[in-house]
Amino acid sequence: MLASVARRLLSMLVTLLGVSVIIFLVLRLLPGNAVTAQMGVSAGLLSHAQRVALDHYYGVGEPFLRQYVSWLGAMLTGNLGVSLSSRTSVVSLVGAALPVTLELAIASMVIGELIGVLFGVFGSLRPRGVVDNAGQGVAVVGLGVPSFVIGTGLVTFLASSFHYFPSSRAFAGLFSNPWLNLQQIFFPALTLGLGVGAAIMRTTRAAMLEVVSTGFARTARGKGLSKFVVTWKHLFLGALVPVVTMSGIQLGYLLGGTVVVEQIFVLPGLGRLLVNSISNRDFPVVQSVTLIFAAGFIVVNMLTDMLYTLIDPRTHAR
Amino acid sequence: MTGAVAGPRAKSEALLELRSVRVGFRERRHEHEIVRGVNLLVRAGEKLGIVGESGSGKTLTVLSVLRLLPGRLQLLSGRVSFAGQDLTELRERQLRQVRGSQVAMVYQDPMTSLNPLLRVRSQVVETLRAHGAGRDEAHDRCREVLYQVGLPDPERVERSFPHELSGGMQQRVMIAIALSVSPRLLIADEPTTALDVTVQQQILELVEGLQEHTGMAVVWVTHDLGVVARTVDQVAVMYAGRVVELAPTRRLFARPSHPYTAALLGALPSAGAGHRRPLTQIGGTPPDPARLGSGCPFRARCRHAVARCEEEEPTLIGRGEGSFAACWRAPEEWAS
Ligand SMILES: Nc1ncnc2c1ncn2[C@@H]1O[C@H](COP(=O)(O)OP(=O)(O)O)[C@@H](O)[C@H]1O
Ligand code: SF4
Ligand SMILES: [Mg+2]
Repeated sequence: MLASVARRLLSMLVTLLGVSVIIFLVLRLLPGNAVTAQMGVSAGLLSHAQRVALDHYYGVGEPFLRQYVSWLGAMLTGNLGVSLSSRTSVVSLVGAALPVTLELAIASMVIGELIGVLFGVFGSLRPRGVVDNAGQGVAVVGLGVPSFVIGTGLVTFLASSFHYFPSSRAFAGLFSNPWLNLQQIFFPALTLGLGVGAAIMRTTRAAMLEVVSTGFARTARGKGLSKFVVTWKHLFLGALVPVVTMSGIQLGYLLGGTVVVEQIFVLPGLGRLLVNSISNRDFPVVQSVTLIFAAGFIVVNMLTDMLYTLIDPRTHAR
Repeated sequence: MTGAVAGPRAKSEALLELRSVRVGFRERRHEHEIVRGVNLLVRAGEKLGIVGESGSGKTLTVLSVLRLLPGRLQLLSGRVSFAGQDLTELRERQLRQVRGSQVAMVYQDPMTSLNPLLRVRSQVVETLRAHGAGRDEAHDRCREVLYQVGLPDPERVERSFPHELSGGMQQRVMIAIALSVSPRLLIADEPTTALDVTVQQQILELVEGLQEHTGMAVVWVTHDLGVVARTVDQVAVMYAGRVVELAPTRRLFARPSHPYTAALLGALPSAGAGHRRPLTQIGGTPPDPARLGSGCPFRARCRHAVARCEEEEPTLIGRGEGSFAACWRAPEEWAS
């Protein structure tokens, strides 16, 4: 067990390193550089001496390898650099944005799991029953309609019909004003959660239907266990591995989805920070945020893998 | 059909009684029958064997008792009474009190009958807890029954996951679960078929011993007539979804009243000789239940068939000494 966790951690680090190289290269190979980003067209007015001094300051002319190594070294010591557009440290920018995105991701996942697991489980107990059909309806919307359509639709509907638009007020922290915070998070989370829920619902339902016809499901019913114990302890547990897999995949997609939804609902999260930094060519911020997204993706994958081992004892052997 | 209930009048009370049990599925308005009107009677403490080729409907018949039929299969009609109670009329919640505690089942494949994701202890204890045992009581009883079914080192076994045990050990665990709540009837559906020959014998002896010890009634399902020879009081022979012969074991082996039973016995080298052959060694194959037509379902394979066998399906008729057979011809006429 311990050895396999160590092995996973190591492979995670290697993956992360690879990702950092790619991000670094992609950003350097784009036309323009830190100096032109910083000065805009006025960079053309610089004297040669000024230009050389600035290039030297931002490390523009250096070989890629040296730039990369010094960047990586700085990253590892927690120095993410200084934002070119706002002149504040990237750490403080990210520190403010990360909790918003985390809260959004967690809230979306909770909503998605609730929708997916409840409809999936209860729908599978009575295929084509009322609950099942309602679930299938939700799934069609969640899978078929992109989140930016659901999001803008929701915003327009709430604002025009109820004059309700919590996002129009400054974003409230979860701890400073929880009530406003929850209102501001709920609708974007619902937007993302619908898509997540739809996918989890399909997986749960299919896995449950498969488990229902297994021998151990029959044993459980034949022993006289209550419906609740049969459903959750035996059937749902038996269906859990594919559900966890799908949840991991969805959580990965969701990290991407936050970028869009944060724009629509004006949430000051990582996604919004990323979009703004890209349009400003704010390299240090773009690099850091992209790396954080990649790390989040990798961590999610690793957690999913470890969950398998917890759920299914037969995977220990492998 | 309903009239042909088996056996001489009660020596002791009827425990399980199946009356005209039909199992199948409905498609639009059409009923597809697989079990086509089975009558059976098991008295308290009695042992009944159900024998027949694979596909003859043995499993579906016994699964219908506790309403465990898979998928779209259902009890089309008929009554299942247990200790005077009609199980088909019970609500799900009332049936749960019969399942496991009054009637327990052991299934054909132990490898798929236990939940692979739960430890043995959890699967034994939950049964006891569902039938009213307290926490500590259930844990003590768990050790006790695991020991009773001959598992070495019950402490280790109860901590194991099913895949860490051999097939024979898993079947012992299933038997332990079945026994833990002291049922009045044990239904064992081919509990040894999936196991090695030596293990088969051990499981057989285990159930025999436990039956003697507890006095519970047993329904033993098998496709192997040799298995039931020493084990059961009565044998019901099933063919194409019906009971074609029902007789006390001794009588059935000495003088079978149905050509199918006689053929099965002919395929056995000799009663008691260790080496057995599968039933399929009697020529031909069983009919597809979906296209039976009229007439005796065995006629295509029967050496004694006459014209009447093509037209009408025979029902169980008494042949004396508690024996019943569904055949138009008496054994005395077979010679001709
Ligand atoms: N889930 C099912 N759906 C449809 N038909 C089934 C199902 N299970 C069994 N059958 C059919 O019912 C017949 C009897 O099955 P079964 O009772 O398992 O026979 P046995 O136990 O005597 O081998 C078989 O021919 C099989 O094709
Ligand atoms: S009824 Fe006819 S075909 Fe059927 S078993 Fe008897 S003799 Fe054979
Ligand atoms: Mg069977």
